Amino acid sequence: MKRIVLMSIGFIFFMAVIAQTNTLKESMNRGKKVYDKVCLSCHMADGGGVPKMNPPLIQTSYVLGDKKKIIYIVLHGMNDRIPIEDEYFSNNMASHADLTDQQIADVLTYVRNSFGNKADAVSISEVKAVRNPIKKK
Amino acid sequence: MKKVITLLFTAIIANAIIAQTVDPTITVPQGFKAAKIAEGLGTARHIAISPKGEVYVKLNYGKRSKYQNGILNLLDLNKDGLIDSVNAFGNFSGTGIAIKNGYLYASSDEEIFRYKLDANDKVINANNPEKIITGLISRHEHEAKAITLDNAGNIYVNIGAYSNACQVQDRQKGSPAMKPCPILDSAGGIWQFKADKLNQTYGDGIRYATGLRNVVGLDWNTATNSLFVMQHGRDQLHDLFPDLYDTKQSAELPSECMYELHKGSNCGWPYIYYDHLVNKKIIAPEYGGDGKKSTDDYQSPAIAFPGHLAPNGLLFYTGNQFPEKYKNGAFIAFHGSWNRAPEPQEGYYVVFVPFKNGKPTGQWEVFAKGFAGKDKIENTRQADHRPCGLAQSADGSLFVTDDSKGTVYKISYNK
Ligand code: HEC
Repeated sequence: MKRIVLMSIGFIFFMAVIAQTNTLKESMNRGKKVYDKVCLSCHMADGGGVPKMNPPLIQTSYVLGDKKKIIYIVLHGMNDRIPIEDEYFSNNMASHADLTDQQIADVLTYVRNSFGNKADAVSISEVKAVRNPIKKK
Repeated sequence: MKKVITLLFTAIIANAIIAQTVDPTITVPQGFKAAKIAEGLGTARHIAISPKGEVYVKLNYGKRSKYQNGILNLLDLNKDGLIDSVNAFGNFSGTGIAIKNGYLYASSDEEIFRYKLDANDKVINANNPEKIITGLISRHEHEAKAITLDNAGNIYVNIGAYSNACQVQDRQKGSPAMKPCPILDSAGGIWQFKADKLNQTYGDGIRYATGLRNVVGLDWNTATNSLFVMQHGRDQLHDLFPDLYDTKQSAELPSECMYELHKGSNCGWPYIYYDHLVNKKIIAPEYGGDGKKSTDDYQSPAIAFPGHLAPNGLLFYTGNQFPEKYKNGAFIAFHGSWNRAPEPQEGYYVVFVPFKNGKPTGQWEVFAKGFAGKDKIENTRQADHRPCGLAQSADGSLFVTDDSKGTVYKISYNK
């Protein structure tokens, strides 16, 4: 009996790991579709951006840093006139609040795990938490 | 014997230098030679050369740039044709630079300064320029204040629109356009000021021409005695109106246009754009257009080029070195596109536009190419070099700057 319990616990654990990698992979795949459609025209296929115009999404403090900040950027756009890794960029990023919570979670998960980046996934509930204050007003 | 060896060595060294200066990556027409005379200067934007041959380059420098100054005087101390030293000054980043009547003019993104030159065309007081224009709008988009001067004491300044298409929310899909576009009151055009009056601002100048989204390449044409400009056309037709434009159309449109301006010219941004495939002024989709509806309102371009090539330098050739067909024609430095993705990027070359009776003949040709270093550019930063500024030296050579790696090319002709 004990053995069966242990085995099933082990099995459940194993399934959970598979499910998680699957979700990351699935989220990345969905995220790439959003990226190619919405972000690529400015940040480019390689995430390298355009010198002095659109910033790179490669190893920047934004991309790898606080997830709330980049969720906020996708929801509200960015027009900050502040340097990103010491460089100024002469362009405005529009709000992409028309994307669903799922799409934003996916695209940011994709960005944080592409172009040489490695960082944990962005979840739907994290996006909801940043978006909700907008809905209240 | 010793003398012969020395002579031989000198010849070998001289040959090596000449070989070194010809840049084999740049293709130019038969009889022309493109030499790389300086590199690693940083964000080398526009360039001006004095009658006595002093070369000044404007830098749009940042915190990590090699030179923490905005103007470089390029020096060739050992007279081998290559730049071996620079004199850096001017604590303002920017794009515009020009020389007229013994003064060097240079711009930041908000102001224009001038420096008096001495009898050898050297700047007299590098730390104390005169501020001639101040308070120009610079709002995070199209900030560069490109400048040129006429022969009647006026300076022309581009004040770019801080917007793509005058939407309420810039570049946001579904955000409506502002009608009329309020940006045009203080930007989106060329302003004329006096070249010698201090501390001028909007009230002192006149809006010489309007309806121009952003101009980086501009030049006074002494043959027609008029101002010519190159407009950077709007971006993102597909991103913002996917039902009207596919990605191929969005890469090719709208045209990058050359305009001959006169006082009061209105070139139509943001209400229209030009389509060189059908030769029509098309109503912008933000203003009720469907990609086809056209209008006769607004000025037509003198000539139009494919979309997004980013014309950053314009120069009318007045020298005697190049063959006759180049005289009074226009060279254009195309910086190269970014807004063609997912289609391949395009541009990164210098074009020649022949003129006849003050008008382009319509047959433009790529004059110098190879700057990008690759045949196919998918992501803009893959381009090794990006042509930006143009200048003509006293002996009639053409200088081209590259703001990606800070290279200066000298193109000369020898039949
Ligand atoms: C119209 C061009 C454009 C589009 C489309 C666009 N961006 Fe941006 N993005 C910018 C610009 C320009 C900035 C910097 C703005 C500033 O300096 O204030 C920026 C900044 C950022 C930043 C923070 C700075 C950095 O480089 O790390 C992130 C993250 C980002 N964008 C992600 C995205 C994602 C994800 C998408 C697609 C959902 C997207 N962007 C779509 C132009 C764009």
